[in-house]
Amino acid sequence: MDELKDIEFLPDDFEFIGNNQDIMKDEVMPDIPFWLDVWRRFKKNKGAVIGAVVIIFIIIMAIFMPMLSSYKFDAIDSSQANQGLSATHWFGTDNFGRDLWVRTWTGTRVSLVVAFAAIAIDVVVGVTYGMISGYFGGMVDQVMQRIQEILNSIPTLVVLTLLMTVLEASLTTIIFALMFTEWIGMSRITRAQVLQIKEEEFVLASRTLGASSFFIIFKEILPNIYSQLIVMSMMSIPNAIFYEAYLSFVGLGLTVPNASLGVLINDGFTYFLSYPHMVAIPVIVLGALMLSFNLFGDGLRDALDPTMKEM
Amino acid sequence: MSETVQPILEVENLKQHFKVSRRFTVKAVDGVSFKIYPGQTYGLVGESGSGKSTTGRSIIRLYKPTSGKIIFNGQDISGKMSEKDIKLLRTKMQMIFQDPMACLNPRMKVIDIIGEGLDIHHLYETQEERTQTVYQMLNLVGLSKEHAMRYPHQFSGGQRQRIGIARALIMDPDLIIADEAISALDVSIQAQVVNLMKNIQRDYGSAILFIAHDLSMVKYISDHIGVLHLGHMVESGTTDEIFSNPIHPYTKSLLSAIPEPNPVLEKKRTSLSYDYATSGLDYEAGTEHYVSDTHYVLATDDEFANMMAQQDIIR
Repeated sequence: MDELKDIEFLPDDFEFIGNNQDIMKDEVMPDIPFWLDVWRRFKKNKGAVIGAVVIIFIIIMAIFMPMLSSYKFDAIDSSQANQGLSATHWFGTDNFGRDLWVRTWTGTRVSLVVAFAAIAIDVVVGVTYGMISGYFGGMVDQVMQRIQEILNSIPTLVVLTLLMTVLEASLTTIIFALMFTEWIGMSRITRAQVLQIKEEEFVLASRTLGASSFFIIFKEILPNIYSQLIVMSMMSIPNAIFYEAYLSFVGLGLTVPNASLGVLINDGFTYFLSYPHMVAIPVIVLGALMLSFNLFGDGLRDALDPTMKEM
Repeated sequence: MSETVQPILEVENLKQHFKVSRRFTVKAVDGVSFKIYPGQTYGLVGESGSGKSTTGRSIIRLYKPTSGKIIFNGQDISGKMSEKDIKLLRTKMQMIFQDPMACLNPRMKVIDIIGEGLDIHHLYETQEERTQTVYQMLNLVGLSKEHAMRYPHQFSGGQRQRIGIARALIMDPDLIIADEAISALDVSIQAQVVNLMKNIQRDYGSAILFIAHDLSMVKYISDHIGVLHLGHMVESGTTDEIFSNPIHPYTKSLLSAIPEPNPVLEKKRTSLSYDYATSGLDYEAGTEHYVSDTHYVLATDDEFANMMAQQDIIR
């Protein structure tokens, strides 16, 4: 430190480097369309691909197997009751002698319809509601949140009893009942996410450029929250499928000869100790479906996130 | 500065209050006035919470000002604006943000981020024209067109700030509000970005409102300086006037806090402390007092006499 004492600082001791630095050394990045990019990243995720394949396989089985089989899902043959797995009845029969192979796939069909209806309701009603509530805030938010709380506080059973007086028990009724309550969780998540993202600087930047609310919601906010939304909607599928089983049990769902995975599990459960296959098979199908939806959802979320590219 | 030149931005007695609860209101900005002339850089300095950023955001109308006038290009933009005024404001006044990590949408490609202004105001005929304009901007801020297809997370902090600058510049703005645009960058990158802004100003003649707390940087880039404290403009003048002849005790304390590059002098440097509560000054009662040329200080008559007397003692 001693020699520092004698240093005289002159005006030209330091000079401005200006922008003589070379910061342009970078490799070229090819222009890949967004969806191709997503597809590439999705392909890399083994679990997600398996999930997608299983979902497609189950959908195909559900569509075609009931058509191709010689049995009808509601054909009662009491001489064939309670059979185990065999060459004639691949999944055995139930206690009315109905072929379980056909019933399982018919039931899967119903459950899939319910699952996709649940996703649609989540996305259309829940996301829209949460977005509007979160983005516009203030009075709009207050009113929308109170309405939602009121809807949420009515016990499901009361809603169902009321519905029963107006509607016949059918698949439409199930979807209608789902519409009343399914979307609330989704709209909450969406609202929380929107509240967080809309304060970010890039949204402010967009606003200083004169972007409309519509532009900000769809171009700035939505792409940043859909990963959470995908996971959420995938998680709502099992709920919806079991809710359907519950409705059928209460008498609001499917009428007797019809089957869904939930109904099959419910019925099979009664004979669980004597004929375990009656409950095991629909449970396996349901489990495979659930697991695949979750794997697929996770993969989709990661694939849609461009920051995951390096992983 | 000749009197005939119209200021690009004129802020008169701007107040921005935020109502926290029925009883309590935060007066973030409380009666600030200044003018910015075309091609000039106006530095707004002050400690955290002094209302610098709020002033910037009120001017660009991210907030609705409580009262006061903001005149931009001869149009009053403080109240309800016509469609035409909004378009003028949103194209000709642009902002560069503080945090280069947060000000770019992580899910958008650079080309879309920079081209956003063009998209919103439909400023291109063909897709090709849009791409070319974006490439030009990238080139201007010292990036290359190969960067256009990347996402923000693939850039360093300085590069991201350049993207933010390109996004603002593409609208060919008359006034750029740089809200602590360099505070989040490390020192070597700060110089790059500030030089870039200086070059742009030289080539395009845009005025800059430079909001910062780093006084040495402000000294380097600004023509005029306004010192903000607790929502009041306590002193304003040219950079030279402020740095060579600070009048207000708050300005003095700010200036005394600048580190010296010379280690010998740095050891001798004493930073003055200033506390509004014990200083005996009353900002509310103060009015603008003329010091010299464009140099003004906020004080009551007594306080002003006091400050000037102290100034004479030093001399």
